[in-house]
Amino acid sequence: MAEFENATALVQAATKARLAGYRQMDAYSPIPIEELNEALDLKRTRLPLLVLLGGIFGGLGGFGLEYWASTIAYPMNIGDRPLNSWPQFIPVTFETTVLGAALTCFIGMWALNRLPQPYHPVFNVDAFGRASTDRFFLVIETADPRFERHATWAFLEGLHPVGVSEVAP
Amino acid sequence: MALQETPVILPGHDFETVTETIAEVPLSKRFPLGWIGILLISLGLAGMLQMALGYLLIKGIGIWGNNVPVGWAFDIINFVWWIGIGHAGTLISAILLLFRQQWRTSINRFAEAMTLFAVACAAMFPLLHTGRPWLAVYWLFPYPNTMGLWPQFRSPLIWDVFAVSTYGTVSALFWFTGLVPDMATLRDRAKSPFAQRIYGMLALGWRGSAKHWQRYETAYLLLAGISTPLVLSVHSVVSFDFAVSVLPGWHATIFPPYFVAGAIYSGFAMVMTLAIPLRKFYHLEGFITMRHIHNMTKVMLVTGMIVAYGYANEAFFAWYSANPYESFMMYNRMAGPYAVFYWSLIGINAVMIQLFWFRSVRDNIPLLFVLSLLVNVGMWLERFIIIVTSLHRDFLPSSWDMYAPTRWDFGMFAGTIGLFLALFFLFIRFLPAIAIFEMRTIVPEAKLKAEHHG
Repeated sequence: MAEFENATALVQAATKARLAGYRQMDAYSPIPIEELNEALDLKRTRLPLLVLLGGIFGGLGGFGLEYWASTIAYPMNIGDRPLNSWPQFIPVTFETTVLGAALTCFIGMWALNRLPQPYHPVFNVDAFGRASTDRFFLVIETADPRFERHATWAFLEGLHPVGVSEVAP
Repeated sequence: MALQETPVILPGHDFETVTETIAEVPLSKRFPLGWIGILLISLGLAGMLQMALGYLLIKGIGIWGNNVPVGWAFDIINFVWWIGIGHAGTLISAILLLFRQQWRTSINRFAEAMTLFAVACAAMFPLLHTGRPWLAVYWLFPYPNTMGLWPQFRSPLIWDVFAVSTYGTVSALFWFTGLVPDMATLRDRAKSPFAQRIYGMLALGWRGSAKHWQRYETAYLLLAGISTPLVLSVHSVVSFDFAVSVLPGWHATIFPPYFVAGAIYSGFAMVMTLAIPLRKFYHLEGFITMRHIHNMTKVMLVTGMIVAYGYANEAFFAWYSANPYESFMMYNRMAGPYAVFYWSLIGINAVMIQLFWFRSVRDNIPLLFVLSLLVNVGMWLERFIIIVTSLHRDFLPSSWDMYAPTRWDFGMFAGTIGLFLALFFLFIRFLPAIAIFEMRTIVPEAKLKAEHHG
């Protein structure tokens, strides 16, 4: 794990590491950095698709519930007006669509991020406490095929970080 | 000529100072005397609310001033008032985010909290107005019950249940999502093991990983996109409660936009009422700058003018429709027994807000504080006029009656204000009132230097 002072240094380091062939990496920062997605070659998230599906499910569910309750389960004939008075069902359908999409978005984001997670090795490094304030970190994982203890250490040192440390599992 | 405008964050701040200044408030061990005093007063009022609720549940809603023509009174006035106040929070956090208005960053967190607490206060009223809230479950929510009954989905009152509960849920999710990275900051900075543990749990193990940030930002933007039509729908649905009826004074097509504008107007007034003391006592002038104050007054001016246009439109319709009931309703508002309230609301919402045109007014913080309180009064009076004057003299003179609230009406209303303030003061003491990680993104340090593109 290498520690950097600012976002620019982290993005440069991540780009260099990827060019050097490292793939199993992660970067940690106190702010979202859009450029890191490119530097680390992150795939686009599936979240928007999930949210769309959640919204469609919520909308169909809401309308289905109204249709079923008003025409099948509890039909009320008021002056022979149609039982499936769909224009009147739109507001609730809209609200359930929003609810379905929002719940999918919230649960989906945390689930894809594998959070909440009570333990993670990066917290074993003392300096990492500043990752949520003003320090930026690049981690090359041992699972990386090109990982080799001394070479990787030397490589990280070569990126001019503030410090390099080893993450205890 | 471009006027020189104050920046959204005063110069000289970097990651560390931003974090330190905001995180210091929830993490400090001191409880300022003023804070304790206001909290105690608010809790006292909230205690009064409990008494009013207890007595209400024992005796029934006969303890209120509601009578036969005026079946909706304080309960619905307060409901609409509180839910309207909530709207500014979502507007700031969602709509201004989509429009890339950077100035929203320092006020969105506490405006969202304000939304949550206002919705909680609002939701109480219609539920209690049912008289027997323990039965309201099957009147309002569709769930399979042994009686085989289902709610009437064609009623705007049911739409309201769905709109308000969805709104409350989505606002809470949005607010919590925004809080998580800040909880991680507080976890890492907290000295006491107890605070570390509590904030640590709330942080869900957030570690600022790039992969997480990518999904987080996507989710945040999606939630903002979802909330934007939602917030516009909520007050539209609230206005349907009135507009779908056939009562003169309620049965108007202008209601949805007019209500939404009124909601944003009153909501910004409440944000201003809360922001002015907050920035003063917690020395946040560097984050909530004059730029924010100016922008908020401008939003209030615009939405207030839309509301004033709504009043003019109502009067025009009453005359142009040549409908005797409509004209009488308008005449009764302007010259009937409640005329003093009508003219006070016109005085505040149509005349007084013209003061916001003047820069000297927009710069005068104590005056703005008073004006924002008056706007809240004005918007409360608006709901009083819409609800009470329309109901108390409708089609048949034989069914006319006057309405006067009882001490329980006032007690419950003051009680919800106490509850709101108590929750708000607990919030600013124990949670970061300004979004720390979003503030970090607007300091100059967050900009990447150009050379890395090479």
